[in-house]
Order: sequence, then structure tokens, then C-alpha cells
Amino acid sequence: MASLTIDNLHKSYGATKVLKGINIEIEDGGFLVLVGPSGCGKSTLLNTIAGLEEITEGDIRIGGTSVAGLHPSKRDIAMVFQSYALYPNMTVAQNISFGMEIRKIDKPTREAAIKRVADVLQIEELLKRKPSQLSGGQRQRVAMGRALVRDPQVFLFDEPLSNLDAKLRVDMRTEIKRLHQRMGTTIVYVTHDQIEALTLATKIAVLKAGELQQFGTPDEIYNDPINMFVAEFMGSPSMNLLDCDVTNEDGLMLRLAGGQYPDVVLPAPDCDGLARYVGQTVKLGVRPEALTDPEGANRSTDRIVEAMCYIDVVEPAGSDTFAVAKIGAFEAIARLRADAQITPGELTPLAFNMSKAVFFDPATQQRIR
Amino acid sequence: MSHSENAAPSNKLVRALIYTVLIFFVIYYLLPLYVMLVNSVKTLEDIRTGNLMALPKLLTFQPWRDAWSNAQIGVEATGLKPYFANSLMIVVPAVALSTITGALNGYVLTKYRFPGADIVFGMLLLSCFIPFQIVLIPAARILGLIGWSGTIQGLILIHFVYGIGFSTLFFRNYYAAFPTELIRAAQIDGASFFQIFRRILLPSSGPIIVVTVIWQFTNQWNDFLFGASFSGYTSTPITVALNNLVNSSTGVKEYNVHFAGAVLAALPTLIVYIVSGRYFVRGLMAGAVKG
Repeated sequence: MASLTIDNLHKSYGATKVLKGINIEIEDGGFLVLVGPSGCGKSTLLNTIAGLEEITEGDIRIGGTSVAGLHPSKRDIAMVFQSYALYPNMTVAQNISFGMEIRKIDKPTREAAIKRVADVLQIEELLKRKPSQLSGGQRQRVAMGRALVRDPQVFLFDEPLSNLDAKLRVDMRTEIKRLHQRMGTTIVYVTHDQIEALTLATKIAVLKAGELQQFGTPDEIYNDPINMFVAEFMGSPSMNLLDCDVTNEDGLMLRLAGGQYPDVVLPAPDCDGLARYVGQTVKLGVRPEALTDPEGANRSTDRIVEAMCYIDVVEPAGSDTFAVAKIGAFEAIARLRADAQITPGELTPLAFNMSKAVFFDPATQQRIR
Repeated sequence: MSHSENAAPSNKLVRALIYTVLIFFVIYYLLPLYVMLVNSVKTLEDIRTGNLMALPKLLTFQPWRDAWSNAQIGVEATGLKPYFANSLMIVVPAVALSTITGALNGYVLTKYRFPGADIVFGMLLLSCFIPFQIVLIPAARILGLIGWSGTIQGLILIHFVYGIGFSTLFFRNYYAAFPTELIRAAQIDGASFFQIFRRILLPSSGPIIVVTVIWQFTNQWNDFLFGASFSGYTSTPITVALNNLVNSSTGVKEYNVHFAGAVLAALPTLIVYIVSGRYFVRGLMAGAVKG
């Protein structure tokens, strides 16, 4: 177990810069999730931590010791690959013990380690099988077993759940979280699935085009996004980003042009930065759960504002009902209680929770605070 | 069911047609083999008086015995036996060496990529297209310089070097489809370059090894030009010996012995094809489709 520090990390392939000065620090026993759209460099970052790819500039420290230039096997890490990467010609037991065999650890020790890991992951009955005889979930377990048996300082996971079907993915996600709680080992986990990121992480690093956008706890990332990219990328359905005019009429007001329907006018919440935008247009960010039916609104805050919105489509989803509201040229997704009475094609009052609203400069896409 | 009954008549006609054509071609291809086999078990008298296609009046295996151990080849009546041994001593090491080298090349070219890897591969590929005649004189010069002219090891070297191009092509295409994550996993497990090659890559290379071995074995066993150019008195391969046997200008032409000798010379490649033919097609397809 150890902390992990990524210090001003650069990585280029020739003239192509893949990682542009990444700074991340995760404490001992932390669960760091690297998240971002495909091509953002998150897998490259993981590979540089593993030592599978060299770094161009900067440093990586595990437990305070620089590992830059060290061979992957000398970094005291273990990795679970997206394709599981089980050796097809070996049995499950051989797969798990291959690393120990290479390190010339004697057979009784190896057998004991295999047994211990098989016990943790409940794969005892699979030990004599070949990878081709396993299901996707079983392969996933074996791949984790191969990592667990090394008892490393840091676990690296490269999109480990993306090849599983939806149900199994949720089960394995819980399993990984449980494993982390029990072992307390530092984990670095790459995913493009923002739900995985939010559920698993103690710290999330959001990447885009080789640049670190925001680094923080899941709560910070979700509720306090630093720019429009992070706001839109995290959360499902994603945050509504609506154009609104800032006006000063008896206090700061936000006016959302309604087009053929009445304008939506909201009093601005406490946000010092907004004063500088009077007479200009800003982006209002409201998460679907902060836009709901008045009865279902969170009454613990006094920042609930009701406004009439035109409901275009209603999508019941069992636990909730999602409604697409048309506000001028924009579509906003509202999350209502499952039994909310709502009809498409009508003007209906919706409650805006302005305490959760965030604002962005449309030009720089940065947060207005 | 009614559907297939309706479709049956035209189906049968088409099938009959297809089989007719196929059977025709089978006969066409098997006829030379038939002629060789049938005449190799006739007496010389039988061949001279009878028809080439006719079955033997008197079955005899003496031509086979003669071809193997008695026939006059060159100055001595040794039969093809010592030359068969020469060919084996040349081809088996050459095939093994070029296959192993090809596998290593393929491994490095796909999994340990270095700047200019594609250029190196291109040049290796080019060697597949160089006509044999062009390299005869430089090769002779090199063999002379290292003192291997007219020796078994000289021919091994020539065949080995010439085989690298094709074996590299086969293995590179096969390994290009081999998941790189497996190599990375093995690296993290601490396996060295050769450990990964031996423990991870080779056990999964069965089909392509078969393809390469068949390809190299057939080409090297059937080679005549290098054999005729670089072999000496004690290193003549069977193809050259067969030529010497058949083209001998003294005495009576023993056609039955010639036929038997030709079959003997072709036997190893025939056996290799029959034993592993289906792996050959499978492996070629795997390399072609995935590569």
C-alpha cells in the first residue's frame, strides 16, 4: 500500500502530445478514477504508471519513490486489463501463479497463494480450467485474482468492466468496491463510464485531450464542476446547460427566452461573479434532479423557484419519470417523481432548485463563481 | 419438408454437374502419379513392349530396391539412399532454423516495435521476391570465403537465409493479430523477452508453425538450383541425384528405376502434405484474414 504522485507528467509520440502536464496525488488506500471520453489519454496515463509506456517529462512516485524508468515488474504494481489478457494456453491456476513462477517462488508457497486468492474471489472450482472455458464474468474474476496474488502497492484497472453485460457490470462494480474496502490497497482505475467513476472513486480525475480538467472528490466533481466539459460529462442524464440573460431588475434576475412560450424568469442565487455579466448571456447549469415537479422538490432549501415550462416528451423510467421541457431553443431534462402527474404538450409548473444551479461563461466555458 | 422436395431435382442436376467437373480434375491431377506408380512396379521389358497406362503384367518391386540402393549415380552404384540422407541433413536444420528465426522476427516486428520496423519488414519481404539466379554468384563467393563450399552446412546456410523472408512474413502476420495486452500482462508478471516468447507466444503459434514448416520443407526439399550450384561430392541433395540418375548417358535407360526414384524423391513432401494439409489451409487462412 502506498500513495501515488504524478508530477507534471508529459507524454508525446513524436510531435503528438498525448499528455500535457498532469498533476495528480492520491493518498495511501485511495481509489483514483481516471475518466474521460475516448482518446483523452487516460489509458496512456495508466500505462505510464504501469511502466508499459515511457514518459517524456515529469515524474511518477509510488510511496514517495520515483518509478520513472523502472521495468513494470519492478514497480510493485498489478494490472487488470480490459480484455483480461489471460494466457490462453494456461489453466486458471497457472495464470494466477505465472508471475510467482517467473520470480522462482517455491511450489508450496505458490499453491497457498493460489488457494488464498481463489478463496477471496470464489473461483476454487475454476482453477483447473482454461480461459476459453470461462464466461466473461469468470474471466474477469481470474484477471483480478492474477492481480490480487501479487499483493502490490498499487492496483491498476484498465476499463475492466467494459466487456461485461449491463447486469454483470453492476455486480462486479460492487465487488470491486467491496474488495477495495477490505484490502485498502491504492487503486487507479480507468473508465469512460461516469457512473463507475462516481460510485467507485475517492478521487476522480477528469481528462480531456491530454489535459487534466478537474481533480477532486466525486462530490466536488458532480456538484462543483470547474467547466462546462466536466459539468456535461459527469452525471446521467447529463446536466442541462441553458442560455440565460442576466438582468438587474430589483436584484439579479435570470431570463430564459421561451420563444413561443412564456419566458422563464428566475432570481439569481448567491453568486458574486454573476454581477459582472449583467446585460450578457451566460450558461445556466441545472442537473435533472434539480429540475422537478413542485411536490417532489427538495423543501430543505428556500431556493426553490417555480416556473411554467412546456413539456415536450414524458419518459417514465420506473423509479423516476423524465420529462423533456422545451425552453426556447433548448431542451431541458427534468427528473420527476415516478407518480408525478404530467402530460406532454402542456404548460406545467416545474421547480428549479437554484441552490444547485451553476453558471458558466459561454466564451471560455469556465465556471462563474 | 415440401420446400426441399421442390428444390431437390434442380439441386441434384447441379450437384451432378459439379461432381463431374470435380472428378474430371481429380483424374487429370492424379494421372501423372498413376503413371509413375504403375510404371515403377513393371519390368523394363513390360514398359518397352506395353502401354504407359497399362497395369503391370508382372508386379515387381525390384526397381524400387534398385533406385534406393543399387542404381548407378555418378561414378558409384549407391542408389538414392545417401543423397536422401544428404537432403534430410540439409533440410531439417535449415527448416528448423528459418522457422525459429521467422518466429523471433515476427515477435519483435509486432510486439517490440522499434523505429524503422516497417522498413526492416519491407526489406525482409523483398527477399521473398528475389529470383534465385541473382544470388548464385554472391552466395558462392560468400560460401567460398567462409570455407563452406560444397558442404552440407553451406547448403543449410543458403536455405536458412533464403527461408527467413517467408517465415518472417508468416509469423509477423500471425502475431499482428495476437493481443498485445497478453505481452504486457506477462511483462508486469516479470517475464523476460525470451520467457514471453517461449511461454506465451509459442504455445499459441501451432497453426502458423505448421504452415511455415510445410512451406519451408517443400521448397527446400524440392530445390534443385542451389543443390546443383553449391553441393559437392558428399553433399549432393536428392533432387540433383535424381537428375543425375535420369540423365545418365551410359547404358540402358531403366525407366522403371527412374519412376521409382522420382516417387522416392517426392515421398517426404507428399507425406508432410497428407499429414498436416488441413493445418496448412487453416493456418494460411488465419494469417491471411487476421493479418
